[in-house]
Amino acid sequence: MNFDFSDDQKQLRDEARRFLAEHCPPKAIRAVLEGQQPYDRALWKGLAEMGFLGVAIPERFGGAGAGYLELCVIAEEMGRALAPVPFASTIYLAAEAIMLAGSDAQKAKWLPAIASGAAIGTLALFEGAGNPAHKTIKVSGSQGAISGTKAPVADGAIADFAIVAARTASTGRESDIGLFLVDLSGDGVQRRTLTNIDQSHNQAEIIFDRCKAEPLGAASEGWSILTRVLDRAAVLTAFEQLGGSDRALEMGRDYALDRIAFGRQIGSFQAVKHLLADMYVSATLARSNCYYGAWALSTNAAELPEAAATARISATQAFQHCAKNNIQVHGGMGFTWEFDCHLYYRRANALALSLGR
Amino acid sequence: MHSRCRSADDTPQEAAFRAEARAWISANAPKELEAELSQPTVGRIALKNKDILVESKKWQKKKAEAGWACLHWPKEYGGRGASPIERVIWQQEEGIYGKLEGVFLIGQGMCGPTVMAFGNEADKAKYLPKLASGEHIWCQLFSEPSAGSDVAGLRTRAEKKGDDWIINGQKVWTTGAHFSDYGIVITRTDPTQPKHKGLTMFFLDMKTRGVEVKPIKQANGQSEFNEVYFTDVKIPDSQRLGAVNDGWNVSLTTLMNERMSIGARQSTGFPELFAFCSNLMLEDGLAIDDKNVRSKLANWAVKASGLKYTSYRAISALSRGERPGPENSIGKLVAGTMLQDIATFALDLQGAAGVLSDADSVAAAGQFQSILLRSPSDRIAGGTDEILRNIIAERVLGLPGDIRVDKDIPFNAIPTKGR
Repeated sequence: MNFDFSDDQKQLRDEARRFLAEHCPPKAIRAVLEGQQPYDRALWKGLAEMGFLGVAIPERFGGAGAGYLELCVIAEEMGRALAPVPFASTIYLAAEAIMLAGSDAQKAKWLPAIASGAAIGTLALFEGAGNPAHKTIKVSGSQGAISGTKAPVADGAIADFAIVAARTASTGRESDIGLFLVDLSGDGVQRRTLTNIDQSHNQAEIIFDRCKAEPLGAASEGWSILTRVLDRAAVLTAFEQLGGSDRALEMGRDYALDRIAFGRQIGSFQAVKHLLADMYVSATLARSNCYYGAWALSTNAAELPEAAATARISATQAFQHCAKNNIQVHGGMGFTWEFDCHLYYRRANALALSLGR
Repeated sequence: MHSRCRSADDTPQEAAFRAEARAWISANAPKELEAELSQPTVGRIALKNKDILVESKKWQKKKAEAGWACLHWPKEYGGRGASPIERVIWQQEEGIYGKLEGVFLIGQGMCGPTVMAFGNEADKAKYLPKLASGEHIWCQLFSEPSAGSDVAGLRTRAEKKGDDWIINGQKVWTTGAHFSDYGIVITRTDPTQPKHKGLTMFFLDMKTRGVEVKPIKQANGQSEFNEVYFTDVKIPDSQRLGAVNDGWNVSLTTLMNERMSIGARQSTGFPELFAFCSNLMLEDGLAIDDKNVRSKLANWAVKASGLKYTSYRAISALSRGERPGPENSIGKLVAGTMLQDIATFALDLQGAAGVLSDADSVAAAGQFQSILLRSPSDRIAGGTDEILRNIIAERVLGLPGDIRVDKDIPFNAIPTKGR
């Protein structure tokens, strides 16, 4: 049995970790968080040059064609580094939707652009509070044009194109929903950046007004494509959360070793040790469930929906648990803007919501 | 990532092993027990009209004769020299019949490996095959009234008299001592040394004169643990395991092997709760259709799954030749708490009737009531939750050890009363 990554995949992980340590230090995250730029353009370019954006995109479309396990490895490192780039929306959602349902022309146009870093994509699914359901989608799509409002759209203000879920019929069935590919630089698109709990990622409202749109996949299959895309994205997002959990745990552990109070390292107090031990437990359960998800994703197993949900719930819990307790271990310092704890706390809570409730 | 998520992932050799195991089990398993063993069970099983000990020994003997007992042990000691993966495949194929292994786990999982590492050749050849075949049951005599979590604080004395040792003292929480044939026992042989340094390990026949076993009536009314008294118990020096005063290191081998009992079936209560909720009718429909119930179940499902795949990762590490480390302490920590929480929740779903444990008049035959009353012990036996968290914090995360004021002073100078 090998329920672990291969040596090659671990080498890729080390390479990604080194690259991100150099090109994505906390000050790069803060630059986006504090509004100096909407995402880290230099990092995005660097990730493309390293081949990380196209790691799971087939070679004939400009990617490395390596596969999903490799993408999981990269995702974990992106989460660990809190990379302030539109990786999830472009790679897990937009690229996956195109690979699953796009025409040859759509693949040929967009996938190489994604792999090279030239195009940022996103999925425009949510319409306000609540869980997205086929019955509640109001944005309408017909005859190649869509109208209506989507919010929040992750990276919506910086994306070049969006995959939009829109209503094409009103029979009350899943087949009412179609997916559309919309070039966001075209006419009829209005975008507005929305403030959010993790400003190191852009969130936007997009208003489509009789905006030109081409169908992605069969008109009646939008919902089933979405379901499959969300399952895959759930596994990949779980890996990001896993990376974040581990880093938050490490930060807490390191601080507990450095900080002296009552004449001792605070990490020598059982109350602190047990807090950290519990963080380790949730991060470990999440890692094991993520590996199960990675296996299901890479083999396209029938268990994928279950494995994806398991990995995602487990990793959400772990990241939230580790990020919030990391602040507690740091005490008052943990609540300062200056310390990095809040960056993880923000991301943990934003990622928990990123694919819906 | 290659895994044992499905048997379809077997390599050709693994598939051949699985087929052989499956065929043998199908031809030999005690099918007459199938219905009873198929019932969800947590903890010790009881069979109606049949003695579980007798049935367990029968199945173990049959397995031993065909080469399916203690798979990972060397052949000369009654095993098969199997790989960790083969052991997992066997456990998957053995399925419900593996429940019959419960009474042997301490002997085969902890005592056997200790004897294998420290016993002399003649004793290994004499005792290990009978332990593997289930003819003998062993227990592990570690804890004492004043030495539970602080095992090294034990006071049972062993004194050398010629070629023999004379043991006096008392052990407690000894699982299965009342039906065990042999035991490994850790004793204090030099009280003038610091507490970890003056200990020595032995094995002994539980029928030796001067050994008295008294079952303890537990909080749940059952008796699985015992007090064991030693009064001038004489054993030969040849039954010593490891060097004199090196018993602490020997015991660490035993405890390491406890972790190695990977795939050991750790109950979480989740499959039982899931089955229960699928059948339980509430005011407005099946429990399983209720949103709140589903959300609770999902949380536990994710934990149970995390434990399962954590054990897969441990097996992967084993098959790469790595030793299982302290990170495996999380299994019991998570499962113990889950078991107790799940029992509380299942009773809650039963409403006022949840108070009843009468097997004939309540849902799920009082199973969760029985788990409720027994589960506190799962969070204590084999290391309390607090000790396990310390192990994770200190040995996995590298945090400083607790301050130990008694570590470097002679054992007989350690204060024994708080006030």
